[in-house]
Amino acid sequence: MQLRNKQDFWAGAMFVALGLGFAWGATQYQMGTSARMGPGYFPFWLGICLALLGAVVALTALSGKATETHVERFDFRILAIIIGSVVLFGLLLRPLGLYLSLFLLVVASSTASHEFSWKVSLANAIFLTLFCWLAFIKGLGLIFPLWPTFLGMD
Amino acid sequence: MELLEHLALGFSVAFTPENILYALLGCILGTLVGVLPGLGPVPTIAMLLPITYVLPPVAGLIMLAGIYYGTQYGGSTTAILVNLPGETSAVVTVLDGHQMARNGRAGAALALAAIGSFFAGSVATMLIAAFAPPLAEVAFKFGPAEYFSLMVLGLVGAVVLASGSLPKAICMILLGLLLGMVGTDVNSGVARYDFGIPELQDGIDFAIVAMGVFGFAEIMSNLEQKENRINITDKVGTLYPNRQEMREAAPAILRGTALGSMLGILPGGGSVLASFASYTLEKKVSRNPERFGKGHPAGLAGPESANNAGAQTSFIPLLTLGIPGNAVMALMVGAMTIHNIQPGPQVMSSHPELFWGLIASMWIGNLMLVVLNLPLIGIWIKLLKVPYRILFPAILVFCTIGVYSLNYNTFDIFTTAVFGVVGYLWSKLKCEGAPLLLGLVLGPMMEENFRRALLLSRGEFLTFVERPLSASLLAAALFLVVIVALPSIRKKREETFVEED
Repeated sequence: MQLRNKQDFWAGAMFVALGLGFAWGATQYQMGTSARMGPGYFPFWLGICLALLGAVVALTALSGKATETHVERFDFRILAIIIGSVVLFGLLLRPLGLYLSLFLLVVASSTASHEFSWKVSLANAIFLTLFCWLAFIKGLGLIFPLWPTFLGMD
Repeated sequence: MELLEHLALGFSVAFTPENILYALLGCILGTLVGVLPGLGPVPTIAMLLPITYVLPPVAGLIMLAGIYYGTQYGGSTTAILVNLPGETSAVVTVLDGHQMARNGRAGAALALAAIGSFFAGSVATMLIAAFAPPLAEVAFKFGPAEYFSLMVLGLVGAVVLASGSLPKAICMILLGLLLGMVGTDVNSGVARYDFGIPELQDGIDFAIVAMGVFGFAEIMSNLEQKENRINITDKVGTLYPNRQEMREAAPAILRGTALGSMLGILPGGGSVLASFASYTLEKKVSRNPERFGKGHPAGLAGPESANNAGAQTSFIPLLTLGIPGNAVMALMVGAMTIHNIQPGPQVMSSHPELFWGLIASMWIGNLMLVVLNLPLIGIWIKLLKVPYRILFPAILVFCTIGVYSLNYNTFDIFTTAVFGVVGYLWSKLKCEGAPLLLGLVLGPMMEENFRRALLLSRGEFLTFVERPLSASLLAAALFLVVIVALPSIRKKREETFVEED
């Protein structure tokens, strides 16, 4: 047996896993009857449907008539930089305050571009920090921790 | 004339300086995201949702609606000038619109697109005003069984008319419905799938999913493809189409408007489908189809009118039945629930100022967009030259700030990051995010109606097919699946969407 439609096969496998996972999770809750449904009833059957349909997707991908597709390579560098800088922002927001963590977010994420330059990204970071201060803090009055906690300025 | 009274009320709401300002803001933002390739209305509206907390409901909805139809105008500008669709609905605009620009008629092409869009927008707005009340009457006859079946039809319609693999799209819907189950169950108070995390007991906010799957994942895909900017047609030339162009475009605008309005109402319809259908129609009815793809005004004006008409009329199912037909409408549901407005037929009677104000503002917004897009075209051309390396950190910043301000909780930022990773994986597996988002929004509603319907029928599943209205809705859904699954139609459908890639 050869794997022709790789995209669909892995997508199907993912649906089966997620469907079974949700269905199993639902068994932890009360099922009830169709007239008096418990919290587990609807998600259980949804999970089963997802797993079944996912199996269909995965199996059709195995058939000889399936169109050939490949899963493109993952660019782990870009993934790590983008997601990493967002997570970093989340971690630093409380201790360092909005301005500094925002600045770091812009500079850090900019390195993901193949045209990265320090000058442009630093200028962009300054501009965006100013813009956010003007639009979100002054304009809309959203409440953020603004300065590093150790300075005690808030 | 009840209609006139209603419209008068609407205009009195829409014409307050505050609401005009928000309509303008929405239109500017909409044009902005429409013009920029790689940023769509879904993440933009998701980003701005938290901001609408601060606004009064009418103003918030007016602004969000402005963003949506504004993108239709902006998307065509990029399509005509850069040969790159700013929005998916502008994919066909590229074909003839950019050719016109290369023939030195860029200004005329922009003008035709704007005129067509404005005409279509005005007609579609009138249609909403005329047809929404009677449709809402029908909706009052709906019980839980009918609502459940209607949602099934809506979800099926959304995937059938969309591109891509059908079984995978249905899987994404089911997954979306399941994600909608996360959080406290309203009937029993049991927290489901919360893994002991208190933040998950309120459920997963769809704005988080939208920003992760559409915002972050799209940034990563765009970064991978190493940007290659194509030369922009700087010389816009005269904005006045000549007599022959007008003569060829006028009937196309009429047909596009009619077609787009109809397709917009369908569940799952909206602007993308409308523009594709209109292009095909224009090519079919034209006396010289060989001129299509070489700058035929009809090939530009038809789809442009159709996508704008479709964008407007897709508000009808939302405003009358409370059922979102596409991902943007799903976000509008969220915006309404933020303000404790349950979308559905009762909105018209319980919040008439909101309902009619929104409709009136659509017409005002369309007028503003003509002004924004024609005389001010120079500004948008400058904006097109902003490189992506400056743009994407800005998108990231607005997304994270938007997410954080949903609940002022950093946990939401981390959840969005997770969905960013998942969204990236899905984009590699060609699993679409839009059906997932629809499922996520409809999940709790669907479960609620499913439970209630079966409670009323004492657990008898036949209730869904015994009630005539419910049965016909389910039959329509089944019919849609069957015709799409038929081999001959499947082939045709694949052909239509090949052009898109």
